[in-house]
Amino acid sequence: MYTDAWKNEGICKMIHKYRLGGYNIVMDVNSGAIHCVDDLAFDTLDGYTLGEAFSPPAELLERYTAAEIEEAVGEIGQLVREGLLFSDEDYEWATAAKGGAPLKAICLHVAHDCNLRCGYCFAGEGEYKGARALMSAETARRAIDFLVENSRGRRELEVDFFGGEPLLNFDTVKQTVAYARSLEEPYDKNFRFTITTNGMMLNDEIETYINEEMYNVVLSLDGRKSVNDGMRKTLGGGSSYDAVVPKFQKLVKSRAESKYRSVYLRGTFTHDNLDFARDVIHMCDLGFRNVSVEPVVAEASESFAIREEDLPRIFDEYEALAGQLPERDGLNFFHFNIDLSGGPCVIKRLTGCGAGTEYLAVTPEGHIYPCHQFVGREPYMLGNLDEGVANTQLRDRLGALNVYTKPDCVDCWAKFHCGGGCAANSLTFGGDLRAAYKIGCDMHRKRVECAIMMKVAEEAAQ
Amino acid sequence: MKHIKTISAKLLKTTANSGGCGKCQASCQSACKTSVTVANQSCEK
Ligand code: SF4
Ligand code: SF4
Repeated sequence: MYTDAWKNEGICKMIHKYRLGGYNIVMDVNSGAIHCVDDLAFDTLDGYTLGEAFSPPAELLERYTAAEIEEAVGEIGQLVREGLLFSDEDYEWATAAKGGAPLKAICLHVAHDCNLRCGYCFAGEGEYKGARALMSAETARRAIDFLVENSRGRRELEVDFFGGEPLLNFDTVKQTVAYARSLEEPYDKNFRFTITTNGMMLNDEIETYINEEMYNVVLSLDGRKSVNDGMRKTLGGGSSYDAVVPKFQKLVKSRAESKYRSVYLRGTFTHDNLDFARDVIHMCDLGFRNVSVEPVVAEASESFAIREEDLPRIFDEYEALAGQLPERDGLNFFHFNIDLSGGPCVIKRLTGCGAGTEYLAVTPEGHIYPCHQFVGREPYMLGNLDEGVANTQLRDRLGALNVYTKPDCVDCWAKFHCGGGCAANSLTFGGDLRAAYKIGCDMHRKRVECAIMMKVAEEAAQ
Repeated sequence: MKHIKTISAKLLKTTANSGGCGKCQASCQSACKTSVTVANQSCEK
């Protein structure tokens, strides 16, 4: 793996090249171009320096003739001229567009309570360091009003029903949806609802409701029974796998015929199941096709936390998974899902999640936080539904986060596939909103490499 | 070209002027959420 960069008048002309799955892949960071090259071009790029006559190093001449090298240098030069290698676009100006972005999504913490006891829960069994609480329908309505008022110019609005376990407060969910729908026409808005559930309370009525109203459903399951039940325990310490898998299978089946098709199974892997590709495949065997299994985010002191020494193993696992996916018909592993031709605009790519500006979380008490991960961290409370976002200083700090203001991101080849990572993780692991969560970055870069390799393989097969 | 095959020539630059409409989904990248990473989103324009 190799990344090469020149800084020229502050602009970083950067390529990233790597070998994976039998392909030599070269990414041009600033343009977003992807190339598949032969060994000759791959090796020639090692010593290539922009703007200077190329004098091949001895080890290159041992492997290739001078004429061959010259041919490769000619092709590289052509791509440089076309702006597809070592391109020098600079998008820093575009970050200005993001600072005052209106709100478009809220995460409603309808229940700070849970009916499972998952060992790794960042919400502390649903309570977020506070008291067990359910959001009243009135508070939820005010949160919807707040979203509508602060989303000027935006039609598509997102509301996530989150917890704890949101189905513990299903009544508020239903009332909120009905209320929001009643505002769609008068305010020219379109609401998209998502619910994230552990499935314990799913029944026919709730399933029908979800299929009719929820644009997206996220079902939590970690994979194999032993893995899932090791972390995701019922209140009595029993198996949640047995309780939820049949319900999930039923919902996924009925959902395929409903208005909104989107449904994801999402799991978490930890230090204790670094062979998580098996969990992904297991979920595929259970009949699930949209699967996301992600590294746990936990303090280093936890026995199940991902450590730096786990990374080589995790990288192997991602590679193994990338190799297996094409054989699994229709299995969509969320993190290898990359859109090379139509992906998001660069403005989006610069700024990532938009926590604190485009996206906010509201607690049962009506407190406003930058996102669900900040909930319960008092200094990061932005305001409440009575006063709105009172802590404008914090909001502005969050609004200024992008790949040009986070020092580790500026020189990172994956920046336009990442957007600068998770601000909450930066804070937890780096002590600062602008720090990087290095282990997370390493895993992210690996996933991007795998995702791109799979696209290259698809192209090659055609 | 003999030695280089361009798989994607999408130029991010072209999206800089036309983009930023904000129709796309919010994109949390953390493990506890739907976790939409930036790169796997689609433009909805
Ligand atoms: S992977 Fe890390 S360093 Fe790279 S852009 Fe993302 S957060 Fe920044
Ligand atoms: S700060 Fe992290 S957890 Fe919060 S929305 Fe952004 S990516 Fe997600």
